[in-house]
Amino acid sequence: MAISDDQVRAIARLARIEISDRDIPSFSTQLSQILEFVAQMDAIDTHDVEPLAHPLDLEARCRADEVLESEIRDVYQSVAPQVEDGLYLVPKVID
Amino acid sequence: MASYPETVAEIATALAKGEFSSVEITRHFLDRIADVDASLNCFINVCEAHALRQAAAADKLLAEGASGPLTGVPYAHKDIFCTNGIETTCGSRILDGFVAPYSATVSELLDLAGMVLLGKTNMDEFAMGSSNETSYYGPVTNPWKSGSVPGGSSGGSAAAVAARLAPCATGTDTGGSIRQPSAFCGISGLKPTYGRVSRYGMIAFASSLDQGGPMATNALDLALMMNVISAFDAKDSTSVERPAEDYAASLDLPIAGTKIGIPRQFFDDALDAEVGSRISAARSELETLGAICVEIDLPHMGLAIPAYYVISSAECSSNLSRYDGVRFGYRCENPADLDDLYCRSRSEGFGAETKRRVLVGTYALSAGYYDAYYRKAQQIRRLIQQDFRDAFTSVDVIMGPTSPTTAFPIGQKTDDPVAMYLSDIYTTAVNLAGLPALSIPVGFAEEMPVGMQLIGNYFDEAGLLRVAHQYQTTTDWHRRSPPTARRVT
Repeated sequence: MAISDDQVRAIARLARIEISDRDIPSFSTQLSQILEFVAQMDAIDTHDVEPLAHPLDLEARCRADEVLESEIRDVYQSVAPQVEDGLYLVPKVID
Repeated sequence: MASYPETVAEIATALAKGEFSSVEITRHFLDRIADVDASLNCFINVCEAHALRQAAAADKLLAEGASGPLTGVPYAHKDIFCTNGIETTCGSRILDGFVAPYSATVSELLDLAGMVLLGKTNMDEFAMGSSNETSYYGPVTNPWKSGSVPGGSSGGSAAAVAARLAPCATGTDTGGSIRQPSAFCGISGLKPTYGRVSRYGMIAFASSLDQGGPMATNALDLALMMNVISAFDAKDSTSVERPAEDYAASLDLPIAGTKIGIPRQFFDDALDAEVGSRISAARSELETLGAICVEIDLPHMGLAIPAYYVISSAECSSNLSRYDGVRFGYRCENPADLDDLYCRSRSEGFGAETKRRVLVGTYALSAGYYDAYYRKAQQIRRLIQQDFRDAFTSVDVIMGPTSPTTAFPIGQKTDDPVAMYLSDIYTTAVNLAGLPALSIPVGFAEEMPVGMQLIGNYFDEAGLLRVAHQYQTTTDWHRRSPPTARRVT
Protein backbone atom coordinates (compact mmCIF):
# COMPACT_ATOMS: atom_id res chain seq x y z
CA MET A 1 0.00 0.00 0.00
CA ALA A 2 1.47 3.33 -1.09
CA ILE A 3 1.50 6.25 1.28
CA SER A 4 1.33 9.72 -0.29
CA ASP A 5 3.36 12.70 0.78
CA ASP A 6 0.20 14.30 2.15
CA GLN A 7 -0.58 11.20 4.20
CA VAL A 8 2.91 11.31 5.69
CA ARG A 9 2.33 14.95 6.65
CA ALA A 10 -0.99 14.02 8.27
CA ILE A 11 0.47 11.10 10.24
CA ALA A 12 3.45 13.19 11.29
CA ARG A 13 1.06 15.86 12.50
CA LEU A 14 -0.81 13.27 14.62
CA ALA A 15 2.49 12.07 16.08
CA ARG A 16 3.69 15.64 16.75
CA ILE A 17 6.75 15.09 14.60
CA GLU A 18 7.89 17.64 12.04
CA ILE A 19 9.35 16.34 8.82
CA SER A 20 10.95 18.80 6.45
CA ASP A 21 9.67 19.00 2.87
CA ARG A 22 13.05 17.74 1.75
CA ASP A 23 12.67 14.53 3.82
CA ILE A 24 9.00 13.85 3.05
CA PRO A 25 9.61 11.82 -0.16
CA SER A 26 12.04 9.42 1.48
CA PHE A 27 9.66 8.91 4.41
CA SER A 28 6.77 8.24 1.97
CA THR A 29 8.87 5.70 0.08
CA GLN A 30 10.09 3.91 3.21
CA LEU A 31 6.70 3.89 4.95
CA SER A 32 5.15 2.53 1.73
CA GLN A 33 7.77 -0.23 1.64
CA ILE A 34 7.10 -1.10 5.29
CA LEU A 35 3.33 -1.19 4.79
CA GLU A 36 3.68 -3.26 1.64
CA PHE A 37 5.81 -5.71 3.59
CA VAL A 38 3.34 -5.77 6.47
CA ALA A 39 0.50 -6.49 4.01
CA GLN A 40 1.78 -10.10 3.90
CA MET A 41 -0.46 -10.54 6.93
CA ASP A 42 -3.45 -10.48 4.58
CA ALA A 43 -2.34 -13.82 3.15
CA ILE A 44 -4.22 -15.70 5.84
CA ASP A 45 -7.77 -15.58 7.08
CA THR A 46 -7.91 -14.68 10.75
CA HIS A 47 -11.65 -14.20 10.88
CA ASP A 48 -12.27 -16.39 13.94
CA VAL A 49 -8.99 -15.79 15.73
CA GLU A 50 -9.10 -14.05 19.09
CA PRO A 51 -6.50 -11.23 19.15
CA LEU A 52 -3.60 -11.75 21.57
CA ALA A 53 -2.59 -8.52 23.30
CA HIS A 54 -0.20 -10.03 25.74
CA PRO A 55 1.81 -13.28 25.84
CA LEU A 56 0.86 -14.35 29.35
CA ASP A 57 -2.58 -14.72 30.84
CA LEU A 58 -2.06 -12.03 33.41
CA GLU A 59 -4.64 -10.45 35.62
CA ALA A 60 -4.18 -6.99 37.00
CA ARG A 61 -2.81 -7.19 40.52
CA CYS A 62 -4.54 -5.18 43.20
CA ARG A 63 -3.05 -3.85 46.39
CA ALA A 64 -4.36 -2.05 49.42
CA ASP A 65 -4.95 1.64 48.80
CA GLU A 66 -2.13 2.89 50.98
CA VAL A 67 0.37 5.69 50.48
CA LEU A 68 3.71 3.98 49.77
CA GLU A 69 5.84 6.83 48.48
CA SER A 70 6.90 10.04 50.07
CA GLU A 71 6.58 13.43 48.41
CA ILE A 72 9.49 13.68 45.96
CA ARG A 73 8.21 16.27 43.52
CA ASP A 74 11.42 18.26 43.69
CA VAL A 75 13.50 15.21 42.81
CA TYR A 76 11.38 14.47 39.74
CA GLN A 77 11.38 18.12 38.72
CA SER A 78 15.15 18.30 38.99
CA VAL A 79 15.37 16.73 35.51
CA ALA A 80 12.75 18.98 33.90
CA PRO A 81 13.84 21.52 31.27
CA GLN A 82 12.07 24.43 33.01
CA VAL A 83 10.23 24.63 36.34
CA GLU A 84 9.21 27.38 38.69
CA ASP A 85 7.69 27.09 42.19
CA GLY A 86 7.00 23.40 41.64
CA LEU A 87 5.30 23.95 38.29
CA TYR A 88 6.42 22.84 34.84
CA LEU A 89 6.76 25.84 32.56
CA VAL A 90 5.53 25.77 28.96
CA PRO A 91 4.81 28.56 26.46
CA LYS A 92 1.60 30.44 27.14
CA VAL A 93 -1.46 28.37 26.10
CA ILE A 94 -4.30 30.85 26.76
CA ASP A 95 -4.06 34.53 25.79
CA MET B 1 51.05 -11.71 38.52
CA ALA B 2 48.82 -14.55 37.37
CA SER B 3 46.68 -13.82 34.36
CA TYR B 4 43.32 -12.27 35.08
CA PRO B 5 40.29 -14.53 35.36
CA GLU B 6 37.94 -13.98 32.39
CA THR B 7 34.49 -15.38 33.00
CA VAL B 8 31.96 -14.43 35.65
CA ALA B 9 32.37 -17.82 37.38
CA GLU B 10 36.18 -17.62 37.28
CA ILE B 11 36.18 -14.07 38.65
CA ALA B 12 33.76 -15.01 41.44
CA THR B 13 35.99 -17.95 42.42
CA ALA B 14 39.17 -15.85 42.31
CA LEU B 15 37.53 -13.19 44.50
CA ALA B 16 36.27 -15.78 46.98
CA LYS B 17 39.74 -17.34 47.24
CA GLY B 18 41.33 -13.91 47.64
CA GLU B 19 43.54 -14.40 44.56
CA PHE B 20 42.45 -11.00 43.28
CA SER B 21 40.61 -8.08 44.82
CA SER B 22 37.57 -6.60 43.12
CA VAL B 23 39.50 -3.34 42.77
CA GLU B 24 42.24 -5.19 40.83
CA ILE B 25 39.73 -6.93 38.57
CA THR B 26 37.76 -3.72 38.04
CA ARG B 27 40.95 -1.77 37.28
CA HIS B 28 41.88 -4.44 34.73
CA PHE B 29 38.59 -4.07 32.84
CA LEU B 30 38.69 -0.25 33.06
CA ASP B 31 42.18 -0.36 31.58
CA ARG B 32 40.97 -2.63 28.78
CA ILE B 33 38.12 -0.20 28.06
CA ALA B 34 40.53 2.75 28.02
CA ASP B 35 42.84 0.86 25.68
CA VAL B 36 40.35 -0.62 23.22
CA ASP B 37 37.01 1.18 23.31
CA ALA B 38 38.00 4.23 21.29
CA SER B 39 37.99 1.93 18.25
CA LEU B 40 34.84 -0.02 19.20
CA ASN B 41 32.52 2.60 20.82
CA CYS B 42 30.84 0.02 23.09
CA PHE B 43 30.33 2.48 25.94
CA ILE B 44 28.32 5.69 26.01
CA ASN B 45 29.53 6.40 29.52
CA VAL B 46 32.31 4.72 31.51
CA CYS B 47 31.76 5.08 35.27
CA GLU B 48 35.36 4.78 36.43
CA ALA B 49 35.19 6.52 39.82
CA HIS B 50 31.83 4.94 40.63
CA ALA B 51 33.13 1.48 39.63
CA LEU B 52 36.22 1.76 41.81
CA ARG B 53 34.08 2.87 44.77
CA GLN B 54 31.76 -0.10 44.25
CA ALA B 55 34.74 -2.43 43.92
CA ALA B 56 36.26 -1.16 47.18
CA ALA B 57 32.91 -1.66 48.91
CA ALA B 58 32.73 -5.18 47.45
CA ASP B 59 36.22 -5.97 48.74
CA LYS B 60 35.09 -4.92 52.21
CA LEU B 61 32.08 -7.27 52.01
CA LEU B 62 34.31 -10.08 50.76
CA ALA B 63 36.74 -9.51 53.64
CA GLU B 64 33.90 -9.51 56.16
CA GLY B 65 32.40 -12.69 54.76
CA ALA B 66 29.21 -10.78 53.97
CA SER B 67 29.40 -11.24 50.22
CA GLY B 68 27.04 -12.95 47.76
CA PRO B 69 28.01 -15.23 44.86
CA LEU B 70 28.77 -12.37 42.44
CA THR B 71 29.93 -9.66 44.85
CA GLY B 72 32.77 -7.72 43.26
CA VAL B 73 32.22 -9.04 39.72
CA PRO B 74 32.13 -6.19 37.16
CA TYR B 75 29.45 -5.84 34.48
CA ALA B 76 28.46 -3.51 31.65
CA HIS B 77 24.91 -2.15 31.74
CA LYS B 78 22.83 -1.43 28.64
CA ASP B 79 22.02 2.28 28.65
CA ILE B 80 18.29 1.52 28.65
CA PHE B 81 18.24 0.69 32.38
CA CYS B 82 17.81 3.74 34.60
CA THR B 83 20.60 4.27 37.12
CA ASN B 84 20.00 6.81 39.85
CA GLY B 85 22.67 9.50 39.66
CA ILE B 86 24.28 8.14 36.48
CA GLU B 87 23.30 9.33 33.00
CA THR B 88 20.82 7.14 31.06
CA THR B 89 20.40 8.05 27.38
CA CYS B 90 18.74 5.05 25.70
CA GLY B 91 20.96 5.92 22.73
CA SER B 92 18.85 8.99 21.99
CA ARG B 93 19.53 12.69 21.74
CA ILE B 94 16.19 13.29 23.45
CA LEU B 95 17.65 11.78 26.65
CA ASP B 96 21.17 13.17 26.24
CA GLY B 97 22.30 14.20 29.70
CA PHE B 98 19.26 12.64 31.40
CA VAL B 99 20.02 11.48 34.93
CA ALA B 100 17.16 9.34 36.21
CA PRO B 101 15.95 10.21 39.70
CA TYR B 102 15.47 6.49 40.43
CA SER B 103 17.00 3.14 39.47
CA ALA B 104 15.54 0.29 37.46
CA THR B 105 14.77 -2.79 39.55
CA VAL B 106 17.44 -4.67 37.57
CA SER B 107 19.98 -1.95 38.43
CA GLU B 108 19.03 -2.23 42.11
CA LEU B 109 19.35 -6.02 42.08
CA LEU B 110 22.82 -5.80 40.54
CA ASP B 111 23.77 -3.22 43.18
CA LEU B 112 22.38 -5.38 45.96
CA ALA B 113 24.40 -8.34 44.67
CA GLY B 114 27.51 -6.18 45.08
CA MET B 115 28.33 -6.25 41.37
CA VAL B 116 30.43 -3.44 39.92
CA LEU B 117 29.00 -1.18 37.19
CA LEU B 118 31.78 -0.47 34.66
CA GLY B 119 29.67 1.75 32.43
CA LYS B 120 26.56 2.14 30.29
CA THR B 121 26.68 0.52 26.88
CA ASN B 122 25.81 1.85 23.45
CA MET B 123 22.62 0.72 21.76
CA ASP B 124 20.25 1.47 18.92
CA GLU B 125 18.10 4.49 19.76
CA PHE B 126 15.30 3.31 22.07
CA ALA B 127 16.42 -0.24 21.19
CA MET B 128 14.97 0.17 17.69
CA GLY B 129 17.45 -1.43 15.38
CA SER B 130 19.37 -4.55 14.50
CA SER B 131 22.80 -3.05 13.90
CA ASN B 132 23.49 -0.43 16.58
CA GLU B 133 23.66 2.16 13.79
CA THR B 134 20.68 4.21 14.97
CA SER B 135 22.45 5.33 18.17
CA TYR B 136 22.84 9.08 18.63
CA TYR B 137 26.29 8.22 20.02
CA GLY B 138 27.51 6.61 16.81
CA PRO B 139 27.76 3.02 15.62
CA VAL B 140 29.59 0.24 17.48
CA THR B 141 32.19 -1.78 15.60
CA ASN B 142 32.08 -5.55 15.71
CA PRO B 143 35.26 -6.65 17.54
CA TRP B 144 35.68 -9.52 15.05
CA LYS B 145 35.84 -7.27 12.00
CA SER B 146 36.35 -3.56 11.77
CA GLY B 147 33.59 -2.01 9.65
CA SER B 148 31.01 -4.67 10.50
CA VAL B 149 28.03 -4.11 12.76
CA PRO B 150 27.84 -5.83 16.17
CA GLY B 151 24.11 -6.41 15.71
CA GLY B 152 21.52 -4.67 17.79
CA SER B 153 19.98 -3.28 19.64
CA SER B 154 22.21 -4.47 22.53
CA GLY B 155 25.26 -4.00 20.27
CA GLY B 156 27.44 -2.21 22.80
CA SER B 157 26.87 -4.90 25.42
CA ALA B 158 27.60 -7.72 22.96
CA ALA B 159 30.74 -6.09 21.57
CA ALA B 160 32.00 -5.25 25.08
CA VAL B 161 31.68 -8.88 26.23
CA ALA B 162 33.18 -10.21 22.99
CA ALA B 163 36.18 -7.86 23.24
CA ARG B 164 36.57 -8.85 26.91
CA LEU B 165 35.94 -5.29 28.08
CA ALA B 166 33.47 -6.76 30.59
CA PRO B 167 32.87 -10.35 31.69
CA CYS B 168 29.10 -9.94 31.33
CA ALA B 169 26.48 -7.36 30.47
CA THR B 170 22.80 -6.65 30.57
CA GLY B 171 20.71 -6.44 27.43
CA THR B 172 17.08 -6.14 26.43
CA ASP B 173 15.28 -8.10 23.76
CA THR B 174 12.09 -6.87 22.07
CA GLY B 175 12.50 -8.74 18.79
CA GLY B 176 15.96 -10.30 19.05
CA SER B 177 18.04 -7.52 20.59
CA ILE B 178 19.92 -9.83 22.98
CA ARG B 179 20.15 -12.90 20.75
CA GLN B 180 21.07 -11.36 17.39
CA PRO B 181 24.01 -9.23 18.66
CA SER B 182 25.15 -12.20 20.77
CA ALA B 183 25.24 -14.27 17.57
CA PHE B 184 27.01 -11.54 15.58
CA CYS B 185 29.67 -11.06 18.28
CA GLY B 186 30.20 -14.73 19.19
CA ILE B 187 28.90 -14.57 22.76
CA SER B 188 26.03 -16.11 24.74
CA GLY B 189 22.83 -14.22 25.50
CA LEU B 190 19.50 -15.13 27.08
CA LYS B 191 16.09 -13.54 26.58
CA PRO B 192 14.03 -14.81 29.53
CA THR B 193 10.31 -15.57 29.54
CA TYR B 194 8.27 -12.37 29.37
CA GLY B 195 7.68 -11.23 32.95
CA ARG B 196 10.65 -13.05 34.51
CA VAL B 197 12.90 -9.97 34.71
CA SER B 198 11.37 -6.71 35.90
CA ARG B 199 10.78 -3.98 33.33
CA TYR B 200 10.54 -1.28 36.00
CA GLY B 201 12.97 1.49 35.09
CA MET B 202 13.86 -0.20 31.80
CA ILE B 203 12.97 2.46 29.24
CA ALA B 204 9.96 1.19 27.29
CA PHE B 205 9.98 0.47 23.56
CA ALA B 206 7.18 -2.10 23.06
CA SER B 207 5.87 -3.05 26.48
CA SER B 208 4.23 -6.38 25.62
CA LEU B 209 7.47 -7.61 24.01
CA ASP B 210 10.37 -6.01 25.96
CA GLN B 211 12.35 -8.28 28.25
CA GLY B 212 15.71 -7.74 29.93
CA GLY B 213 18.30 -10.48 30.20
CA PRO B 214 21.97 -11.39 30.61
CA MET B 215 24.83 -11.52 28.08
CA ALA B 216 28.14 -13.25 28.79
CA THR B 217 30.66 -15.57 27.18
CA ASN B 218 28.99 -18.81 28.31
CA ALA B 219 25.80 -20.42 29.63
CA LEU B 220 27.03 -20.91 33.22
CA ASP B 221 27.63 -17.15 33.49
CA LEU B 222 24.16 -16.46 32.08
CA ALA B 223 22.70 -18.70 34.79
CA LEU B 224 24.66 -16.88 37.52
CA MET B 225 23.48 -13.50 36.17
CA MET B 226 19.87 -14.74 35.99
CA ASN B 227 20.09 -15.68 39.67
CA VAL B 228 20.74 -11.99 40.35
CA ILE B 229 18.34 -10.21 37.99
CA SER B 230 15.26 -12.43 37.85
CA ALA B 231 12.81 -11.72 40.64
CA PHE B 232 9.19 -10.85 41.13
CA ASP B 233 8.71 -7.08 41.24
CA ALA B 234 5.53 -5.47 42.51
CA LYS B 235 6.53 -2.27 40.67
CA ASP B 236 6.10 -4.02 37.30
CA SER B 237 2.44 -4.95 36.72
CA THR B 238 3.48 -7.65 34.24
CA SER B 239 6.11 -9.23 36.52
CA VAL B 240 5.33 -12.88 37.14
CA GLU B 241 4.99 -14.16 40.70
CA ARG B 242 7.06 -17.31 40.84
CA PRO B 243 9.46 -18.59 43.45
CA ALA B 244 13.15 -17.79 42.96
CA GLU B 245 15.07 -20.42 41.07
CA ASP B 246 18.74 -21.44 41.01
CA TYR B 247 19.41 -21.44 37.28
CA ALA B 248 22.86 -22.95 37.76
CA ALA B 249 21.66 -25.95 39.82
CA SER B 250 20.87 -28.35 36.99
CA LEU B 251 23.45 -27.34 34.38
CA ASP B 252 25.53 -30.47 34.90
CA LEU B 253 22.70 -32.91 34.26
CA PRO B 254 23.12 -34.74 30.95
CA ILE B 255 20.81 -33.94 28.04
CA ALA B 256 20.51 -37.50 26.75
CA GLY B 257 16.93 -38.06 25.71
CA THR B 258 16.10 -34.35 25.44
CA LYS B 259 13.84 -33.86 22.43
CA ILE B 260 14.91 -30.99 20.23
CA GLY B 261 12.58 -29.69 17.52
CA ILE B 262 14.11 -28.34 14.33
CA PRO B 263 11.57 -26.09 12.58
CA ARG B 264 11.61 -26.51 8.80
CA GLN B 265 10.67 -22.84 8.51
CA PHE B 266 14.03 -21.81 10.02
CA PHE B 267 15.90 -23.37 7.12
CA ASP B 268 14.43 -21.26 4.34
CA ASP B 269 15.85 -19.38 1.36
CA ALA B 270 16.90 -16.49 3.59
CA LEU B 271 19.41 -18.64 5.47
CA ASP B 272 23.02 -18.23 4.38
CA ALA B 273 24.38 -21.61 3.30
CA GLU B 274 27.48 -21.48 5.49
CA VAL B 275 25.48 -20.38 8.53
CA GLY B 276 23.14 -23.27 7.79
CA SER B 277 25.98 -25.78 7.69
CA ARG B 278 27.31 -24.55 11.05
CA ILE B 279 23.83 -25.02 12.55
CA SER B 280 23.70 -28.55 11.10
CA ALA B 281 27.07 -29.30 12.68
CA ALA B 282 25.76 -28.01 16.02
CA ARG B 283 22.75 -30.28 15.64
CA SER B 284 25.07 -33.26 15.18
CA GLU B 285 26.98 -32.23 18.29
CA LEU B 286 23.75 -32.13 20.30
CA GLU B 287 22.86 -35.58 18.96
CA THR B 288 26.26 -36.86 20.06
CA LEU B 289 25.32 -35.67 23.55
CA GLY B 290 22.24 -37.85 23.34
CA ALA B 291 19.63 -35.30 22.29
CA ILE B 292 16.96 -36.54 19.91
CA CYS B 293 16.39 -34.09 17.06
CA VAL B 294 13.14 -34.13 15.15
CA GLU B 295 11.81 -31.94 12.36
CA ILE B 296 8.84 -29.82 13.33
CA ASP B 297 6.65 -27.16 11.73
CA LEU B 298 5.85 -23.67 12.95
CA PRO B 299 3.45 -22.85 10.12
CA HIS B 300 2.92 -19.14 10.79
CA MET B 301 6.58 -18.26 11.28
CA GLY B 302 6.69 -16.34 7.99
CA LEU B 303 4.20 -13.81 9.35
CA ALA B 304 6.13 -13.09 12.53
CA ILE B 305 8.10 -10.12 11.20
CA PRO B 306 5.10 -8.30 9.68
CA ALA B 307 3.04 -8.85 12.86
CA TYR B 308 6.00 -7.87 15.01
CA TYR B 309 6.56 -4.58 13.17
CA VAL B 310 2.92 -3.58 13.46
CA ILE B 311 2.66 -4.42 17.17
CA SER B 312 6.06 -3.06 18.20
CA SER B 313 5.59 0.16 16.20
CA ALA B 314 2.09 0.67 17.60
CA GLU B 315 3.32 0.21 21.16
CA CYS B 316 6.36 2.43 20.53
CA SER B 317 4.25 5.27 19.14
CA SER B 318 2.24 5.17 22.34
CA ASN B 319 5.22 4.77 24.70
CA LEU B 320 7.24 7.53 23.06
CA SER B 321 4.44 10.08 23.38
CA ARG B 322 5.89 10.79 26.84
CA TYR B 323 8.82 12.62 25.26
CA ASP B 324 7.25 16.04 25.01
CA GLY B 325 9.99 18.43 26.13
CA VAL B 326 8.06 19.33 29.30
CA ARG B 327 8.89 17.01 32.19
CA PHE B 328 12.31 15.62 31.25
CA GLY B 329 14.62 15.21 28.31
CA TYR B 330 15.48 17.48 25.41
CA ARG B 331 13.56 20.72 24.83
CA CYS B 332 13.95 22.77 21.64
CA GLU B 333 15.20 26.37 21.77
CA ASN B 334 12.70 29.25 21.80
CA PRO B 335 9.41 27.42 21.15
CA ALA B 336 6.81 29.72 19.54
CA ASP B 337 3.94 28.00 21.34
CA LEU B 338 3.12 24.73 23.10
CA ASP B 339 2.53 22.83 19.88
CA ASP B 340 5.83 24.04 18.46
CA LEU B 341 7.51 22.93 21.71
CA TYR B 342 6.12 19.37 21.33
CA CYS B 343 6.83 19.10 17.61
CA ARG B 344 10.31 20.54 17.51
CA SER B 345 11.51 18.89 20.74
CA ARG B 346 10.48 15.50 19.35
CA SER B 347 11.70 16.20 15.80
CA GLU B 348 15.10 17.43 16.94
CA GLY B 349 15.37 14.79 19.69
CA PHE B 350 14.43 11.62 17.78
CA GLY B 351 16.53 10.04 15.03
CA ALA B 352 15.20 8.85 11.66
CA GLU B 353 14.46 5.20 12.57
CA THR B 354 12.61 6.18 15.74
CA LYS B 355 10.53 8.65 13.73
CA ARG B 356 9.76 5.99 11.09
CA ARG B 357 8.52 3.58 13.74
CA VAL B 358 6.46 6.20 15.55
CA LEU B 359 4.87 7.12 12.21
CA VAL B 360 4.16 3.49 11.28
CA GLY B 361 2.63 2.93 14.72
CA THR B 362 0.58 6.11 14.55
CA TYR B 363 -0.73 5.09 11.14
CA ALA B 364 -1.52 1.52 12.27
CA LEU B 365 -3.49 2.82 15.23
CA SER B 366 -5.28 5.64 13.43
CA ALA B 367 -9.02 5.63 12.80
CA GLY B 368 -10.01 3.32 9.99
CA TYR B 369 -6.78 1.30 9.99
CA TYR B 370 -6.83 -0.30 13.44
CA ASP B 371 -8.57 -3.52 12.33
CA ALA B 372 -6.45 -3.94 9.21
CA TYR B 373 -3.16 -3.58 11.04
CA TYR B 374 -3.12 -3.75 14.84
CA ARG B 375 -5.99 -6.18 15.32
CA LYS B 376 -4.81 -8.33 12.42
CA ALA B 377 -1.29 -8.45 13.88
CA GLN B 378 -2.65 -9.47 17.28
CA GLN B 379 -4.61 -12.29 15.65
CA ILE B 380 -1.46 -13.52 13.94
CA ARG B 381 0.28 -13.23 17.29
CA ARG B 382 -2.26 -15.72 18.67
CA LEU B 383 -1.56 -18.13 15.79
CA ILE B 384 2.18 -17.90 16.34
CA GLN B 385 1.80 -18.56 20.05
CA GLN B 386 -0.39 -21.57 19.22
CA ASP B 387 2.28 -22.90 16.83
CA PHE B 388 4.76 -22.91 19.70
CA ARG B 389 2.25 -24.41 22.16
CA ASP B 390 1.62 -27.23 19.70
CA ALA B 391 5.34 -27.78 19.15
CA PHE B 392 6.07 -27.97 22.87
CA THR B 393 3.62 -30.83 23.32
CA SER B 394 6.14 -33.05 21.54
CA VAL B 395 9.58 -31.44 22.05
CA ASP B 396 11.50 -29.97 25.02
CA VAL B 397 13.50 -27.36 23.13
CA ILE B 398 13.44 -25.80 19.67
CA MET B 399 16.72 -25.20 17.85
CA GLY B 400 17.76 -23.23 14.79
CA PRO B 401 19.88 -20.31 13.60
CA THR B 402 19.70 -17.02 15.52
CA SER B 403 20.07 -14.86 12.41
CA PRO B 404 20.09 -15.74 8.70
CA THR B 405 23.56 -14.27 8.13
CA THR B 406 26.65 -13.28 10.07
CA ALA B 407 27.37 -9.61 10.88
CA PHE B 408 26.97 -7.35 7.85
CA PRO B 409 28.99 -4.24 6.93
CA ILE B 410 28.16 -0.93 8.60
CA GLY B 411 25.94 1.09 6.24
CA GLN B 412 24.77 -1.89 4.15
CA LYS B 413 21.14 -1.84 5.28
CA THR B 414 20.65 1.65 6.69
CA ASP B 415 18.63 2.89 3.70
CA ASP B 416 16.45 -0.21 3.50
CA PRO B 417 14.43 -0.64 6.70
CA VAL B 418 12.73 -3.84 5.51
CA ALA B 419 16.06 -5.54 4.73
CA MET B 420 17.24 -4.55 8.21
CA TYR B 421 14.08 -5.99 9.80
CA LEU B 422 14.69 -9.35 8.10
CA SER B 423 17.85 -9.74 10.16
CA ASP B 424 15.46 -10.70 12.98
CA ILE B 425 13.49 -13.22 10.91
CA TYR B 426 14.11 -16.10 13.37
CA THR B 427 13.90 -14.15 16.63
CA THR B 428 10.75 -11.99 16.66
CA ALA B 429 8.26 -14.89 16.91
CA VAL B 430 9.72 -15.74 20.32
CA ASN B 431 8.88 -12.26 21.64
CA LEU B 432 5.38 -12.38 20.21
CA ALA B 433 4.82 -15.64 22.12
CA GLY B 434 6.70 -14.42 25.24
CA LEU B 435 8.95 -17.50 25.36
CA PRO B 436 12.52 -17.75 26.66
CA ALA B 437 15.33 -18.21 24.11
CA LEU B 438 19.08 -17.93 23.97
CA SER B 439 21.89 -17.69 21.45
CA ILE B 440 25.28 -19.35 21.82
CA PRO B 441 28.25 -19.39 19.45
CA VAL B 442 28.60 -22.54 17.32
CA GLY B 443 31.42 -21.68 14.96
CA PHE B 444 32.31 -19.33 12.15
CA ALA B 445 31.28 -18.55 8.59
CA GLU B 446 33.98 -16.69 6.69
CA GLU B 447 35.68 -15.92 10.01
CA MET B 448 32.59 -14.31 11.52
CA PRO B 449 30.72 -15.87 14.46
CA VAL B 450 27.55 -17.89 13.94
CA GLY B 451 24.92 -18.17 16.67
CA MET B 452 22.58 -21.07 17.41
CA GLN B 453 19.21 -20.19 18.87
CA LEU B 454 17.55 -22.42 21.46
CA ILE B 455 13.91 -21.69 22.31
CA GLY B 456 12.28 -23.11 25.44
CA ASN B 457 8.82 -23.51 26.85
CA TYR B 458 7.52 -20.85 29.25
CA PHE B 459 9.76 -20.50 32.34
CA ASP B 460 12.14 -23.24 31.20
CA GLU B 461 15.22 -21.00 31.22
CA ALA B 462 16.99 -23.64 33.32
CA GLY B 463 16.33 -26.32 30.69
CA LEU B 464 17.62 -24.07 27.90
CA LEU B 465 20.72 -23.13 29.86
CA ARG B 466 21.41 -26.81 30.55
CA VAL B 467 21.37 -27.69 26.84
CA ALA B 468 23.62 -24.70 26.13
CA HIS B 469 25.98 -25.57 28.98
CA GLN B 470 26.24 -29.22 27.94
CA TYR B 471 27.02 -28.10 24.38
CA GLN B 472 29.72 -25.82 25.78
CA THR B 473 31.29 -28.60 27.85
CA THR B 474 32.19 -30.47 24.65
CA THR B 475 32.92 -27.53 22.34
CA ASP B 476 35.13 -24.47 22.69
CA TRP B 477 33.49 -21.92 20.36
CA HIS B 478 32.49 -19.86 23.40
CA ARG B 479 36.14 -19.56 24.40
CA ARG B 480 37.18 -18.03 21.07
CA SER B 481 37.82 -14.32 21.30
CA PRO B 482 38.52 -11.73 18.61
CA PRO B 483 41.99 -10.22 18.07
CA THR B 484 40.90 -7.05 19.90
CA ALA B 485 40.40 -9.15 23.03
CA ARG B 486 43.90 -10.61 22.87
CA ARG B 487 45.77 -7.33 22.60
CA VAL B 488 48.18 -7.04 25.51
CA THR B 489 47.43 -4.02 27.66
